[in-house]
Amino acid sequence: MRAEKTTIDRRSFLKAALLAGGGMILQFNWPGAIAAAAENNPTESAPFTLNSYIKIHPDGKVTLFNPNPEFGQNVKTSLPMILAEELDVSWDHVQVEQADFFPERFERQFTGGSQSIRRAWPVLRTAGATARQMLILAAAQHWAVSADEITTDAGILYHKKSDQKLSYGDIASAAALIPLPKNVKLKAIADFKIIGSSKRNVEIDNIVTGKPLFTSDYKKEGMLIAMIVHPASFGREITAIDDKAVRQMPGIKEVFIMEPVLKDYKKNGFDVFTYEQVAVIVGNTTWEVMQAKKKLILQLSSPTGNTRNGKPDFLESTARHYADMEHHSTLPAEVKRRDGDPESAFKKAARIIERTYTAPFLVHNTMEPVSCFADVRADHAELYAPIQAPEFITTTLSARLGLPKEKIKINLARMGGGFGLRAYGHHVIEAAVISQKIKAPVKLMYTREDEATYGIYRPSYSATYRAALDENNQLIGFHIKAGGIPETPLHENRFPAGAIDNYLAEAWAIPSAITIGAFRAPRSNFIASAEQSFLDELAFEMKKDPLDFRLELLKRAKEKPVGQRNDYDADRYAGVIQLLKDKAAILARPAGTGRGMAAYFCHNTYAAVMVDIGMKNNEPYVKQALATLDCGIVINKDAAINMAEGALIDGIGNALYGEQLFMDGVPLKSNFNTYRMIRMNEAPEKIEVHFVENQDNPTGMGEPLFPPTFAAVANALFDYTGKRYYKQPFVKQYLDENKSPVI
Amino acid sequence: MNSIRINKKKYTVNVDSEMPLLWFLRDHVGLTGTKYGCGVAQCGACVVHLDGEAVRSCVTKMKRAIGKEVITIEGLSEHGDHPLQLAWKDVDVPQCGYCHAGQIMSAAVLLRERLDPTDQDIDDAMTGNICRCGTYSRIRKAIHHAAELQKQKG
Repeated sequence: MRAEKTTIDRRSFLKAALLAGGGMILQFNWPGAIAAAAENNPTESAPFTLNSYIKIHPDGKVTLFNPNPEFGQNVKTSLPMILAEELDVSWDHVQVEQADFFPERFERQFTGGSQSIRRAWPVLRTAGATARQMLILAAAQHWAVSADEITTDAGILYHKKSDQKLSYGDIASAAALIPLPKNVKLKAIADFKIIGSSKRNVEIDNIVTGKPLFTSDYKKEGMLIAMIVHPASFGREITAIDDKAVRQMPGIKEVFIMEPVLKDYKKNGFDVFTYEQVAVIVGNTTWEVMQAKKKLILQLSSPTGNTRNGKPDFLESTARHYADMEHHSTLPAEVKRRDGDPESAFKKAARIIERTYTAPFLVHNTMEPVSCFADVRADHAELYAPIQAPEFITTTLSARLGLPKEKIKINLARMGGGFGLRAYGHHVIEAAVISQKIKAPVKLMYTREDEATYGIYRPSYSATYRAALDENNQLIGFHIKAGGIPETPLHENRFPAGAIDNYLAEAWAIPSAITIGAFRAPRSNFIASAEQSFLDELAFEMKKDPLDFRLELLKRAKEKPVGQRNDYDADRYAGVIQLLKDKAAILARPAGTGRGMAAYFCHNTYAAVMVDIGMKNNEPYVKQALATLDCGIVINKDAAINMAEGALIDGIGNALYGEQLFMDGVPLKSNFNTYRMIRMNEAPEKIEVHFVENQDNPTGMGEPLFPPTFAAVANALFDYTGKRYYKQPFVKQYLDENKSPVI
Repeated sequence: MNSIRINKKKYTVNVDSEMPLLWFLRDHVGLTGTKYGCGVAQCGACVVHLDGEAVRSCVTKMKRAIGKEVITIEGLSEHGDHPLQLAWKDVDVPQCGYCHAGQIMSAAVLLRERLDPTDQDIDDAMTGNICRCGTYSRIRKAIHHAAELQKQKG
């Protein structure tokens, strides 16, 4: 057992307070917010400005608040499960509500990086257990017995000696007056009843009946609809607009040019605004504004054809991107890690294997295009915002609106997908600035095309791998040189670093005017595909089983690691591969398919994947898939399996079909008629998911399986076709190489 | 004359007849269960039933819908208990949930036409509906399950 201690930060504290009308409220106060919390009087029943709590109602029902934004990873179900477990209530008595953004009350309201479960684990366990202990202490006073003699089960307190019991609801108001207990005992893992079971998505009834859940569904009296028009190409800016025709169209209220952020504002990493200015059209209804968009004429700047501030001031194209990447991969790059003497190893090698892998820009394609509601008044603002990371946008929002942060209320709406894109809040700023300017509540809506051509893409990458083999076909040197537009995907301390004596990792990058952003397992989603394809090919060349080869390297990394900063636990990594090997051995490969495997460690979770590729409609497709994961304790089993299935299908789809292309700065794929997405008939007919069973603290599920899936697809394509796949998307390569003969 | 029945309720239409049904439903009637995903009949998030047939409401102009009977996800069943809705819950299909109204509405026509759909039937009927989260395996499972529930119901 490697579970960490589960006490929260000592600076943190919990404070209980009476709820209006009885019951107990458990208020979380986190570092940095102690001063604000101290203003509240814990014995007062007046409403507190809280929204992170366990609420126990007099009838025994429990309201649990989900702190993190939800966009499909099921945190709204899984995080409250942790609270409910330690509180020891029946899940049937739990209702879940979404918390608003409230940094004074929550440690972390960011859904991203697969960190929600991992980071919330000690916090929510402690919160649930502390509340339970307060209920026990209150019951002990009530019965005049020792607290040690009281047990709980499913929301009931028992004193078995005297054959007495009380519901949590009966004692909650007294419990709220109990001084906050310290060092409360957490449940033993063996006693978990809710954690590790499968609880249905708490929003399921609303989803299947079409209830308004999303920002785009939100409506307020007097609300107007706003849409933006942005330049069609990266590298151009709006200089003027011709809005004569638009102003005469029915339902159109306002047309103007907007600067989302002011020129001198110092942006943070999540303040990605592709264009300095965008045109805005405001009207009564969505359809009217959509029609008006077509009539708005933009005048655009022309680039000089050179570079400016280190960035291209010319119009970029995919052909040039690939030519530039090819050139860069031959130039000296920045050395990020060197073990042993890689140069000598390559000099004395009997054989060198060198392969280059490339991948295009990718569009997130969240199903719900950007929307954001804002109602900005003179002294306060209220927003409904689909945003993964509200904390990263509030400073910019506050500065741009000239309103203090505490006067800006952000309701966290359910998002129709995020995948990293909704960590960037340009739409939040835009909606707020528009509302402030027109002095009315407004819902900003992007069309699919607006979003798909706005940027904040997954970058385009290239990685060159070299392996030095001696005369006995043993691996004596390893070299990665990886870069991209505009960032490198390199993780120099990841496997197989640590397993090879002579190792060199180099990074390069090419600047671009095309904006980029996090995309499900950023950087890993490419470098895993390159690394795991290369290791597969290397094993083949060394005449070794591809999984055994990885296990051999991991054994070396464990027994005699090279270097100090190896970013993986060799045992757990080997464990997830071994489980894949065992499960694959008993999962028959369907006739007429090729099999490929890969593994990866990122975002604190170990993942391995196997796919069997066959043919359908004259194209390769994944007929069957198998995944194994080590994410420690699994909180919500079926939901975790759902997430794994989704990551697999997403990985398969992007590996086979995903790409954004550019010509003269224009992103060419703007909707699903040109941007190919994986569909029902291309999804695997069978998916198996298995978890390594252990008692390690839980880690995330959203990202880790996505990166190795690309490589498993490439490796299966090799098994199926006899050809290696180096360039994504793979279906393109397949079709290029398997054209029907022209007669 | 310019009327339309939506979920068994009559509405008078006084909007541009070129307006897609999707925006009439969302902006004018206030039924937001039907979703905008692409606007070009490629993703299926906007599927509704028009006189019993599955149509993409994002490209179905009001002039085509007038005088007809529209059923949206909100009107698929009175108590959210259509076999597909029950099956969606049993299988716990959704992740983000955005595409599922369209998925269910497409599947409802399939299930009416094929009491026991094969995987091929499901491919044919559901390939026009994109799920970006990748819940396709669960959608397939839920449709088979719904067929069972429908049979049991008789």
